[in-house]
Amino acid sequence: MRRIISVLMENEPGALSRIIGLFSQRAYNVDSLCVAPIDDSSLSRLTITTQGDDKVIEQITKQVNKLIDVLKISDLTEGSHVERELMLVKVGTRNENSRAEVKRTVEIFRGKIVDVTPKNYTIELTGTSDKLDAFVQTIGQTGEIIELSRTGVCGLSRGEKAMRP
Amino acid sequence: MPVCAIPIQPIKLMGVFLVEMMSGAAMVVRALKDVGVKHVFGYPGGAVLDIYDALYAQEDVQHILVRHEQAAAHMADGYARATGQTGTVLVTSGPGATNTITGIATAYMDSIPMVVLSGQVPSMHIGEDAFQETDMVGCSRPIVKHSFLVKRAIDIPEAIAKAYYIANSGRPGPVVVDLPKDTVNVQENHPYRFPEKVQMRSYNPTIKGHLGQIKKALKVLLKAKRPIVYVGGGAIACDASPLVTELAEKLKLPVTNTLMGLGAFPGDHPQFLGMLGMHGTVQANKTMHNADCILALGARFDDRVTNNVQKFCPHAQIIHVDIDPASISKTINVHIPVVGSVKTVLTQFFEQMHEIDENERKDQLHDWWEQIEAWRSRDCLAYAKDSGLIKPQQVIESLYKHTQGDAFITSDVGQHQMFAALYYPFAKPRRWINSGGLGTMGFGLPAAMGVQVAHPDAVVACVTGDGSIQMNIQELATCLQYGMPVKIISLNNRALGMVRQWQDMNYKGRHSHSYMDSLPDFVKLTEAYGHVGIKVEKPEELDDAMARCFALKDKLVFMDIAVDQNEHVYPMQIKYGAMDDMRLSKTERS
Repeated sequence: MRRIISVLMENEPGALSRIIGLFSQRAYNVDSLCVAPIDDSSLSRLTITTQGDDKVIEQITKQVNKLIDVLKISDLTEGSHVERELMLVKVGTRNENSRAEVKRTVEIFRGKIVDVTPKNYTIELTGTSDKLDAFVQTIGQTGEIIELSRTGVCGLSRGEKAMRP
Repeated sequence: MPVCAIPIQPIKLMGVFLVEMMSGAAMVVRALKDVGVKHVFGYPGGAVLDIYDALYAQEDVQHILVRHEQAAAHMADGYARATGQTGTVLVTSGPGATNTITGIATAYMDSIPMVVLSGQVPSMHIGEDAFQETDMVGCSRPIVKHSFLVKRAIDIPEAIAKAYYIANSGRPGPVVVDLPKDTVNVQENHPYRFPEKVQMRSYNPTIKGHLGQIKKALKVLLKAKRPIVYVGGGAIACDASPLVTELAEKLKLPVTNTLMGLGAFPGDHPQFLGMLGMHGTVQANKTMHNADCILALGARFDDRVTNNVQKFCPHAQIIHVDIDPASISKTINVHIPVVGSVKTVLTQFFEQMHEIDENERKDQLHDWWEQIEAWRSRDCLAYAKDSGLIKPQQVIESLYKHTQGDAFITSDVGQHQMFAALYYPFAKPRRWINSGGLGTMGFGLPAAMGVQVAHPDAVVACVTGDGSIQMNIQELATCLQYGMPVKIISLNNRALGMVRQWQDMNYKGRHSHSYMDSLPDFVKLTEAYGHVGIKVEKPEELDDAMARCFALKDKLVFMDIAVDQNEHVYPMQIKYGAMDDMRLSKTERS
């Protein structure tokens, strides 16, 4: 089962490598990973999407929490949550027809064209991973995907629930 | 972010600095003194010459010069196991640091508090593949509890204080402090401030158990008709042995210790069933398998205990007390977890327990004990003594006799380790010192030396074999230099006994590379190192030789004992079976 795990940790050199190392060392799976400092710049928040049954996720949570640099950890998928992923994709457009079609698709998906050349568009799109997957599939039929980059999922719990130090 | 963000300004008052000024190297030695370190095991080299200079001509911290850095780590490890105090290692960068890796992994697997101070190339050269550069923080990452790469001299005291705090709190473990050469430069002085208290917002181990869980656990334990207490190394790490004994005696509970837990509950106690697991006793494994309640205290349901997890103790309600939440329900699902130190949780148990009627307890467990005694009467540790060859079991029994069961015994890894664990009933904690988790050959001798440094007047013996002893035999020189009268009891079977045993059992006796065809003359070798060697070849010589060995109180004695090459360690669990599916000899099964 797909899970989104949020980790609050010290923003120190080596902290990220400890978490990544733990995942490979204990043979846990990492689908995506997204990390940046938070409002208190001495801390970083890291979001990992992973796969596993309850037992595996319990172990991942406990083992990550055991790392000295880690303050808090929570499984966002346990409750209702908001998740987003950002994607930049460069799409080659063969002719006027295809340029119009790509533009229309971007509008339908509520994306933005952030860079234009006569031969391609660079598109920015945010949403859930499923939405991004759907966009990639659709756009691939009208234009030629030259390159794309995704941030991986980041997320927060809905409502009052929050992860603070 | 560096450890300490604000540079400390030295305060000058009437021309005198209020904060002491010193070099980074001097800070290392001073901080060691301030955390209470008395002994450091190490080996000098380029990156740590400044620290070695600071160690010169001072008496606070005694340095023991080893012959190989792996041994330094094992010595610090043995020192820590025998005392509960953190062991300290000091090595140079590159090969000095990487040589400690096996020692760090050994300590990590057995949760032993250790701090490894490693030199590093100067900060400005990190990443340039400089001479003797390795990424020590990276190399050691999967086998440390935590690590520090110090960036500035003024951060040294705090990094060292934190390292010792982390190493010896919660579930203990090794911590690496990597010190680039420029941070310990003796030419530059910086203000020294040692933190009075270490506090870390991201690290607060749970020591006290949850009261609701404790009440639940007690209810199940007191109701149980077929209970057993399963005690691991965690009970020794927090010095909970007296409480474990008190609980078992009060409630008349049968007790088994893991390999790491030997001595946590007295081995000569009538309620003790012996070690459990792969080479556990019949009574211990049968009692576990048939129990309706297992109280696990600081044990981790290791694969060398459980055998096939699918068939593990099918009738038992499991209560698991452990300081590490990640150890709970890792391999075996636990019914009542209690996170906390065994010592604190057992104290809470007693607070919650009402008056216990001992006679009532006896009645309640009468049938259970009768069953256990029936299993015990099988005498699974009996062995044939009439072969004319020295039996390894016999050597351990003789060792027990000649040390009055009161020595510190370290071991290497293999058959001799299991024989020592099974035939030397350890009555006290911290007396049995072996590499249980990692299974490191070469651990025994340096560990014994570490114990001897901690307890100069104690009797310390290393039970080893002709394979293991050669993995760190160079330390005989260190023993001479520091006058360490360790007794080496080598069960020489001219083979890698445990490998050979598995080859006998699982590979039709094809002894692929498990023989030792060109063994040195260990007696002469020991003499060359300046010690005493004794060769024993006949069973009737054994006792006298052992007596001679222990009479030489101030000497290191190497006992080279020729034992039966074909002896196997039994009992032994049958692969993929339940806990109590065991071979009892080459022909019998349980």
